[in-house]
Amino acid sequence: MSTGTPQASRDSPGGEDDLTLVEAVRDGLAAEMLRDDSVMVLGEDVGDNGGVFRATDGLLDTFGEERVVDTPLAESGIVGSAIGLATHGMRPVAEIQFMGFVYPAFDQLVSHAARLRARSQGQYTCPMVVRAPYGGGIDAPEHHSESTEAFFVHQPGLKVAVPSTPYDAKGLLAAAIRDPDPVVFLEPKKIYRAFRQPVPADPYTVDLGEAAVRRQGSDVSVFTYGAMTKPTMVAASELDGDIDVEVVDLRTLSPLDRETIAESAKKTGRTAVVHEGPKTAGMGAEVVATVQEEALVYQEAPVERITGFDVPFPLHAVEDYYLPAAVRIEDRIRRAYEF
Amino acid sequence: MATDRHPRDASIGGPRRDHPDDGCIVQLLDEDGHLRQEGEPPSIPEDELLELYEGMRFARRFDERALSLQRQGRIATYAPMRGQEAAQVASARALADDDWIYPTYRDNAAKIVHGLDPADILAALRGHQSGYAVPDGVNVMPEYIPIATQIPQATGGAWAETLQDPERDPDTAYLCYFGDGATSEGDFHEGLNFAGVFDVPAVFFCNNNQWSISTPVERQTRSGTLAGKARAYGLEGIRVDGMDPLAVYEVTRRAVSKAKDPAADELRPTMIEAVQYRYGAHTSSDDPSRYRDGVDEEWADKDPIPRLATYLRDRELIDDEYEADLDDRIDAEIDAAVDRMEAVETDPAEMFDHVYAERTPELADQRAELERLRAEYGDEALAGDGQ
Repeated sequence: MSTGTPQASRDSPGGEDDLTLVEAVRDGLAAEMLRDDSVMVLGEDVGDNGGVFRATDGLLDTFGEERVVDTPLAESGIVGSAIGLATHGMRPVAEIQFMGFVYPAFDQLVSHAARLRARSQGQYTCPMVVRAPYGGGIDAPEHHSESTEAFFVHQPGLKVAVPSTPYDAKGLLAAAIRDPDPVVFLEPKKIYRAFRQPVPADPYTVDLGEAAVRRQGSDVSVFTYGAMTKPTMVAASELDGDIDVEVVDLRTLSPLDRETIAESAKKTGRTAVVHEGPKTAGMGAEVVATVQEEALVYQEAPVERITGFDVPFPLHAVEDYYLPAAVRIEDRIRRAYEF
Repeated sequence: MATDRHPRDASIGGPRRDHPDDGCIVQLLDEDGHLRQEGEPPSIPEDELLELYEGMRFARRFDERALSLQRQGRIATYAPMRGQEAAQVASARALADDDWIYPTYRDNAAKIVHGLDPADILAALRGHQSGYAVPDGVNVMPEYIPIATQIPQATGGAWAETLQDPERDPDTAYLCYFGDGATSEGDFHEGLNFAGVFDVPAVFFCNNNQWSISTPVERQTRSGTLAGKARAYGLEGIRVDGMDPLAVYEVTRRAVSKAKDPAADELRPTMIEAVQYRYGAHTSSDDPSRYRDGVDEEWADKDPIPRLATYLRDRELIDDEYEADLDDRIDAEIDAAVDRMEAVETDPAEMFDHVYAERTPELADQRAELERLRAEYGDEALAGDGQ
């Protein structure tokens, strides 16, 4: 797979190639670096090594070590210096190797990146992206499998995007890089190489803040994102014939596409939300609140939350029990339908 | 302590100097396994020399077996320690049983020396939480994975030691392991600064193996040494040949003794920079050929195991028969550990244990929900290959 050649430098303008999600991330980075000289990548092992998941494979050769920077091992240093770079003319894309290692940089993200615009009353801005692979299901060591997107969604001033397809990965990443505000871009590593999809060679964007209806249905709406999109679609297929399930991929968690959520909830009157992060104060709670605020009188059943359990992410021998499986999603969709 | 300080090999870490001592690395055994200095050998008892050797040989074999188990899919990601056995075994053997260690994911030999069961280490690598459980009386913290986070905690542990009875010197020392990359993290600087300010009985043991995944130490810092950073915080910083088990043992013993009872002109806390090399990959998920061409030649000849073997053979402490017997004993011990590892099982409901001292009503409900799903649909449907 690894040719070391960024896909954007391929000579098929106007064409498209079948890419995996991680290849589409790399393609999106290369495409934006080609269109805008101020876009740069920094992080641990992103250069010579091409990233531990190869998301930056080949970028060093194409763009040189001033724009593809292997940093010292220091997440706060990476994100803090990215803020400095962003406020002074660069468009940095910082990679945090795993979401579980972002916490040293949490202060920089929530105390500064998120509110530099507000603190300076619009004088200084922070157009930067922090990329991190997240989520479980790959037999990874402890601290390598968490899904703590809710921390970042909770922080005003940050945007949070989560692609579930190669096409969206490239388009959402481009939109994040071009966005005038800081974006946390979370990549579901379980499906980094799970399937391929045609991805245009030319640059394009998928707008932040817009959910995608992956499957039309009339009985129950299920809202999800990232790696959980797949088992949710499997559950919907399994129920086909009995229950007509609509699946909405949120794609951006902040700002949340409340309009699409409300429309779907009004249409079906029964809803569920699926994510792999813990239940309490997770994204599901925000979806429940949105449904209750925007579509209460249409509801015929309580909103089902199908999530990771409220426990530290377990070591991998039992992680599959922690992650919502298709059968668990089906079970709760049925409960919503039969309520 | 009889140590021979010699000019640093200019090829180790580059030519930068920021302190008069930076040219010095403590070394007792040269690369051929001979004492650098004629005369009195270091005062390490013969049985201790053999323990050191057996611990290092066990570590090497454990490492090989773990990588093999990983390739067979019997354990998951593994971080090898080949080349680093002397630093781990000799530093851990320099401790008293009551001293504490704060290890990383790579310090499996140190953990075993200080009392963890290799079967438990393997069980955790196989994904079983019970493998992290620490037996009573074994002073080893669960391994630290987020880089450098153990450093301020070790300072805190050592600090507590001084608060139990402020009238007397502490009788327990805290040894904290970390790598060269960790010295770039804020936690390293904060932890060492606190250690200096509160004068705690800690030894910060930096396994400088030259590589943080793909980043060489020369790109990690412009500082000429890592030990020099400790001096900035008022700690003693000392560099030792981390592939020389005798030097590591002597330097660590002195640092541990000093942590408990420093002389008037000594600093209590110490950072030891053990200069060494990671022969293998960062982990079994890493492909070093992407960032380096094999083992850098200057390090290939520094392998700690043949060095100590030569020293012991020259003193007629070991011979071929001893080596063959040792191989058999080590293999039998590791075979037994692998068998015990493979007997470990985890009930999925155990993930709800030990979250709080008392399980919350919400967690009790969630646990019951998992049990209902298992009863209704079966384990294969919930966690089978299709998931």
